[in-house]
Amino acid sequence: MKRFTHDEMAARVARDIPDGAYVNLGIGLPTRVANHLPPDREIVLHTENGLLGMGPAPATGAEDFDLINAGKQPVTALPGASYFHHADSFAMMRGGHLDYCVLGAFQVSVAGDLANWHTGASDAIPAVGGAMDLAIGAKHVYVMMEHLTKDGASKIVARCTYPLTGLACVERIYTDLAVIDVTPAGLVAVDVVPGLPFAELARLTGVPLADGSAAVHVA
Amino acid sequence: MAARRRPSRPVIDKIVPTAAAAVADVHDGATIMVGGFGTAGIPFELIDALIATGARDLTVVNNNAGNADTGVAALLKTKRVRRIVCSFPRQVDSWVFDALYRTGEIELELVPQGNLAERIRAAGAGIGAFYTPTGYGTQLAEGKETREIAGRRYVLEYPIHADFALIKAQAGDRWGNLVYRKTARNFGPIMAAAAKCTIAQVASVVGLGELDPEAIVTPGIYVHRVVAIADAATPAVAA
Repeated sequence: MKRFTHDEMAARVARDIPDGAYVNLGIGLPTRVANHLPPDREIVLHTENGLLGMGPAPATGAEDFDLINAGKQPVTALPGASYFHHADSFAMMRGGHLDYCVLGAFQVSVAGDLANWHTGASDAIPAVGGAMDLAIGAKHVYVMMEHLTKDGASKIVARCTYPLTGLACVERIYTDLAVIDVTPAGLVAVDVVPGLPFAELARLTGVPLADGSAAVHVA
Repeated sequence: MAARRRPSRPVIDKIVPTAAAAVADVHDGATIMVGGFGTAGIPFELIDALIATGARDLTVVNNNAGNADTGVAALLKTKRVRRIVCSFPRQVDSWVFDALYRTGEIELELVPQGNLAERIRAAGAGIGAFYTPTGYGTQLAEGKETREIAGRRYVLEYPIHADFALIKAQAGDRWGNLVYRKTARNFGPIMAAAAKCTIAQVASVVGLGELDPEAIVTPGIYVHRVVAIADAATPAVAA
C-alpha cells in the first residue's frame, strides 16, 4: 500500500496554512512542516518557550542554547522576532491569538478528542509540557500522525483509550493515508493517498467516515 | 518645593557578593522556584550554592526535572527535594529524576505548562484562583472544581507561591532591574514576582540608569538579591 511520506504529509499541512498566519508546530513530526512552508507566504512561527518569529536551525558551530525551541533544539530568530516570558507565551494560545497549531497524536476520536501526552502505562513517567494548552489554545488545531499503529489498529477511534489531552479540539487529521476533517456531522476524508480506494480507507479506519475527497481533491 | 535630597550613598543596594551569600538563608522545608527551560535560563551557580547550604525537605518548582547531572538534577541527586512541581519531567537525560520517581523518593505534581506559568503569574499578581480551559476533562483536572462560563468549560486553578526564586538574567542593577537573554527569559519574570525572596544571577551588574527603562523586563521591585556570575555559554541539552 502506498503511503504519504512524512515529508509529503508535512508539505500538505504547509500548503493549508495561509499567508499571515501565526503558527505553533509541536514537537516531533509537526516540526517538519517548517521545512515546507511556501517561501512566498509570511508565516510567523511561535515556540511556547518564548519566541515569535522563529527561524530555522543555525549553522553548525553557531548554536546558542539560550535560543532554543520547545524541543530544546537550537533555532534562530528572524527579523521582526520577539521574546516574551512563559505566561505571555501561553496567553497567546489560551487567549485565542494563535491561528494554527499542529500536534502529534496517539489517538484522535470521532468527536475530535485528542490523546497525545501519555500512554497510560503504569510504569511510564508522565510528562505533559504544553500539550494541553496547545490542544485548546489555537483557533485551528491540526494533528499529524500515522493512520495505524504498528499492530495495524486505527489511531482514529470512537473513544480515546489513552488519557485525554483535550476534548473536541481537533479540526483536521493528516495521516500517511488520508486527510480527514472532524465535522459536527462526523469524519470526512477530504484527501486519500493515491491508489487507496475509499472503501479500503474506511475499513482500515474502522469508524464512520464520509467520502469528501471527490469535492476537494488536491492533486 | 525643595528638590529631593540625593542620598550620599546607595540606600537600595541588592547586590550581594557571592552566590553562597545570596542563598545562605534558605531554610529546610522551603518552596523554591527555579527559572529555566531545558538549560536556557537555569541559574546553575545559584543551584550549586543552594546544594552547599544543605537545606532539605525542599519543594522545587521548575518546568523540567533536571538535565544530566547538573543544575536541578544535581539538586535532586542530594535527595533533599521532597516534591517537584513541573510540566515536563521526562527527558532523554532526566535519569536522576527518573530513578528517584521510580523508587518513590520524590513526589511529582504534574501541571500543564501554561497552567504552571499562569499559576506562578497569579501568585505574583495577587490573584486568589482562576478558571482556565487547559486540562478540562483530563486526568490532570481530576478532583478540581469546574465551571461553564459563556459556553466554555474551565478548571479552577490556584496560584503557586514560593519562599525563594532562583533565576538567571543577562544584566541587572543595584535596584534589581533585570533584562534577559533570548529564550532564557522563560520563567524568570513571573517567578521573580511570585516569591517572597527573589535571587537573580546576572552575567553583568550595570550602574543604575544604564538599563533603558523602556527595555527593563523585570522591574527591581520584584527582585531582592542580585549576584554577578560571569557568563558561561549555556550547555546543550541532550537530544
